[in-house]
Amino acid sequence: MLVIPCPHCGPRNEDEFVCWSEVVPRPADPAALSDLEWTDYVYNHANPRGWVREQWWHEHGCRRWIIVERNTLTHEVARTEPAPR
Amino acid sequence: MTRLQPSRLAAGGTLIDRSRPLRFRFNGTEYEGHPGDTLASALIANGVRLVGRSFKYHRPRGIVSAGAEEPNAVVQLDGEDDEPNVRATTLPLREGLSARSVNCWPNVDFDLAAIIDRLSPLLPAGFYYKTFMGWPGGWSFYGPLVRRMAGLGIAPRRPDPRACEKRFHHCDVLVAGAGPAGLQAALATARGGARVMIADDGPAPGGMLLDGAAEIGGRPGAEWAAGVAAELDSLPNVVRLDRATVAGYYDHNLLTVVESAPRQPWIDERLWKVRARRVVLATGAAERPLVFADNDRPGVMLASAALACVCRYAVRPGARAVAVTNNNSTYRTVLELVEAGIEVPMLADVRARPPETLVAELAARGVELLRGHAVTGVAGVRAVKAARVAPPDRPAGGRRVACDLVLCSGGWSPRIHLHSQSGARPAYDSDHACFVPGDSVQAECSAGACNGAFGLRAALEQGWRAGTEACAALGFVPPAASVPSCADDLPLDVEPCWEIPSPRPRAKAFVDLANDVTAEDIRIAEQEGFRSVEHVKRYTTAGMGTDQGKLGNVNAIGILSEALSQAPGAVGTTSYRPPYTPVSFGVIAGKERGELVLPARRTALTGRIEEAGAVMFEAGAGYRRPSCFPRDGESEAEAIAREALACRTAAGMYDGSPLGKFELHGPDVAAFLNRVYANRWDDLAVGRGRFGWMLREDGRLLDDGITFRLGEDHWWTFAGTGAAGHVHRHLERLLQLVWPELKVYLTAVTSQWTNVCVCGPKARVVLEGAGAGASLAPDAFPFMAMREMTVAGIPARVARAGYTGELSFEVNVPARHGVRLWEALTEAGEPFGLTPVGSEASMVMRCEKGFVSAGFEGDGIVNPFDAGCGWAVDMDKGDFIGRRSLVRDRNVGGVRPNVVGLLPEDPSFVPPDGTPLVEAGAPADAPPVIGYVSQGCHSPNVGRAIALAVLDDGRRRIDGRIEIAGIGRRAPALVTRPCFVDPGGSRMRG
Repeated sequence: MLVIPCPHCGPRNEDEFVCWSEVVPRPADPAALSDLEWTDYVYNHANPRGWVREQWWHEHGCRRWIIVERNTLTHEVARTEPAPR
Repeated sequence: MTRLQPSRLAAGGTLIDRSRPLRFRFNGTEYEGHPGDTLASALIANGVRLVGRSFKYHRPRGIVSAGAEEPNAVVQLDGEDDEPNVRATTLPLREGLSARSVNCWPNVDFDLAAIIDRLSPLLPAGFYYKTFMGWPGGWSFYGPLVRRMAGLGIAPRRPDPRACEKRFHHCDVLVAGAGPAGLQAALATARGGARVMIADDGPAPGGMLLDGAAEIGGRPGAEWAAGVAAELDSLPNVVRLDRATVAGYYDHNLLTVVESAPRQPWIDERLWKVRARRVVLATGAAERPLVFADNDRPGVMLASAALACVCRYAVRPGARAVAVTNNNSTYRTVLELVEAGIEVPMLADVRARPPETLVAELAARGVELLRGHAVTGVAGVRAVKAARVAPPDRPAGGRRVACDLVLCSGGWSPRIHLHSQSGARPAYDSDHACFVPGDSVQAECSAGACNGAFGLRAALEQGWRAGTEACAALGFVPPAASVPSCADDLPLDVEPCWEIPSPRPRAKAFVDLANDVTAEDIRIAEQEGFRSVEHVKRYTTAGMGTDQGKLGNVNAIGILSEALSQAPGAVGTTSYRPPYTPVSFGVIAGKERGELVLPARRTALTGRIEEAGAVMFEAGAGYRRPSCFPRDGESEAEAIAREALACRTAAGMYDGSPLGKFELHGPDVAAFLNRVYANRWDDLAVGRGRFGWMLREDGRLLDDGITFRLGEDHWWTFAGTGAAGHVHRHLERLLQLVWPELKVYLTAVTSQWTNVCVCGPKARVVLEGAGAGASLAPDAFPFMAMREMTVAGIPARVARAGYTGELSFEVNVPARHGVRLWEALTEAGEPFGLTPVGSEASMVMRCEKGFVSAGFEGDGIVNPFDAGCGWAVDMDKGDFIGRRSLVRDRNVGGVRPNVVGLLPEDPSFVPPDGTPLVEAGAPADAPPVIGYVSQGCHSPNVGRAIALAVLDDGRRRIDGRIEIAGIGRRAPALVTRPCFVDPGGSRMRG
């Protein structure tokens, strides 16, 4: 089980969190995208072997969404950030 | 009848208490042992050699090791214990213990299946894959037969009677193993002030110091170990555990420790989950057996195991032993066994030139040394009678030496399991012919024999260094150096010897005793093209038995490396996975058993509902809810029908408290709702509410529910019980990550409110009877409005909604008033036939109305237009979550599934949820599926079976016929609009 340093609560066990998905900004104007571009946004993620920036929810803690930089290969957690304001 | 202990030595035995006898049974015979014995040592004390039959060939087997490595002495505990596959070598003896051998019938002495051993030339590696997979019927037919022949113990049928618990622990340093290296590491870190945990699977600290005459600081090693343990126990920053196995090493230095004999007598077993800042692995090394013909006969034993028997338990595993080795460690072992009174006429050393000092010591004690010789085979089936000692290049030559014990040592394998589990790759050490820890990938280091440093002085030094380095890394001041004196280490001088040639071509030389894998099996696998060690493992099953290859793996790798003409390091090891030794389900469950497996959430009314005789079921989000309230003599189906009828003819009342509830405050709530629901919100008047579909970004239903505007900037939204958690996560994600600029506060208030829904034509008079603080008249309090008023004197938020399609008032009061509300409504409703209603009746009513539910029609394909809820979508209001995907659905076009109603021709046939639909008259064999039943029920209000379905192009099929393709039954049905009761909705709006 990973230890995730929540920027608000400090180091906590992974099972307090929910992993959502890679950080992919929502298109500002979805209507301007083609069907293909839109489905690419909805369904196709990079799913890299290595470092990835993800959205995690500290559900059983502060209930804040945070950004976690995690290595899918080595399971290292490099750093976490609060949600951008 | 109790027998004497013929093989108990007259003196010695550091772990046993001779003053007290313990009686136990093995295979029905009563024996006697002592406290401190293991079952294995007590069996040896009683001269029991044959303890089990092997996994595949049913060959007789005896005790091989003295610890967790044991592949043979795996027993079934009877009676109260009722536990399979227990290693006799680690099971503490206790009064009344009863165990028996596994994998034999009728008994271990005469096992009918032993005939398999004679047939074994027909059963090479991969036999089962090659044979049964291709035959008619395949593995599904032969599997159960083969499994009955193989397999080990019998799974217990009763719940684990033991009291187990789990415990979390945080420490600066976890030390695995309390041998010389581990004790030194713990001492250094503890003196430096770190919080230390040290765990060892043995009954007492010391590790190998318990098994020999080694001295530390001028006193016996075991005494030194006890002294260090006492100092550790006196320190407040140390937790020291005996009989505690570090079983698993997981990410980010999370380790599990299974403590099998906690000091608290009311706990039988405890699972520690330890998060350690640093880990010192000091798990020692395990002696390897040698691979030679019939090396599995009872009486062939690891040299170190024989020494442990003598030193710890004062039992003699044999009277006359022949030893065979490829390294220096066996010389001292043999001398100590001779000292203890075991006759050892001969030591065969495969090496041509062992060190002269050792040779001289051996000669002084009259043990004959045969250089360049090995044991090439043994005589005897149920017990060793003699050993053939010959040069490996002439295995049939040499001499036959009578003996009842063959002691072997094929070198030492560091216990690198935890290092490997941590994610690191072990490296091959050709000097010591073993795998040693490679580069660390987590905050861990290895010290002593598990680091390939074989020798007491090396262990003491490395342990201390590991401890001081851990101190420094964690910011503690390392204590002054303290490495006690001891004799110089003897080099191991091991000469790799993976297999000794056999004098007989068909003789079996076992690599893996637990799974009956022979050296020949490894070679067959190589010949058939399996080259990766992982593939060879799976094909031959070497390393996949109960001992997980602790004894055999390195020999298997060595034999494979010779077959491949590669170095063992190039072949590499298979991955070691947790746990190190088997962990009982009981301790994994801990106290989370029975009622506590899944603690149920309760509403304020759950107690009242149970008292009213409700049948409870596990609903969403951890709630237990009433399915129905049967009266005396009533079946559940009758109760459901009565409740559903009462709601449409009189009034019903149900506990809606589990519904998810969220309060939203802020100037941007309307804009936010516009973006998260498919319909429009900014035009909603204060005091009114609306039904909405909340979509995912893919345009599919996330949840549906009603939302009310309590004030200009104050909103209340309801979510489905099971979806409430997802909705909460979804909304918070959007607010925090996607639109942080929106000024919205979201608060989950689900459990703060009791929600009681009163529905039915009499709902209004019931509520008035209970005392409503404001007018309930339709013009004053219309459909889809929310009013703050008192009900029965309790401040309440009352909503007019339509969950069942009837006139409904949802009364929300602070949860602390919930019971009072329930009682007041019950009393007021009595004259009007108000009845409590369970979830089943409300689902019947929703099915009658054709109300779609996230849990039924929300299948990840259906969009709101498909579900007939296009009226709840505003494509022109601007962007919202899911809108672009709905546009895409329209662009793609094609056949869409629609929600429709079904009336089975047989009015009594209720199709089960999920039943496929096919065209009327479709062929019997594999017809194309055109939809499925999403919910079906018997409707007491329609008086027949009804169903909702998701059907391709369903709206165009209305008034047509399809067939419900149930199991063994085709039921024709009429396709209808998805509404069977009050299509105009005048009841709920009235």
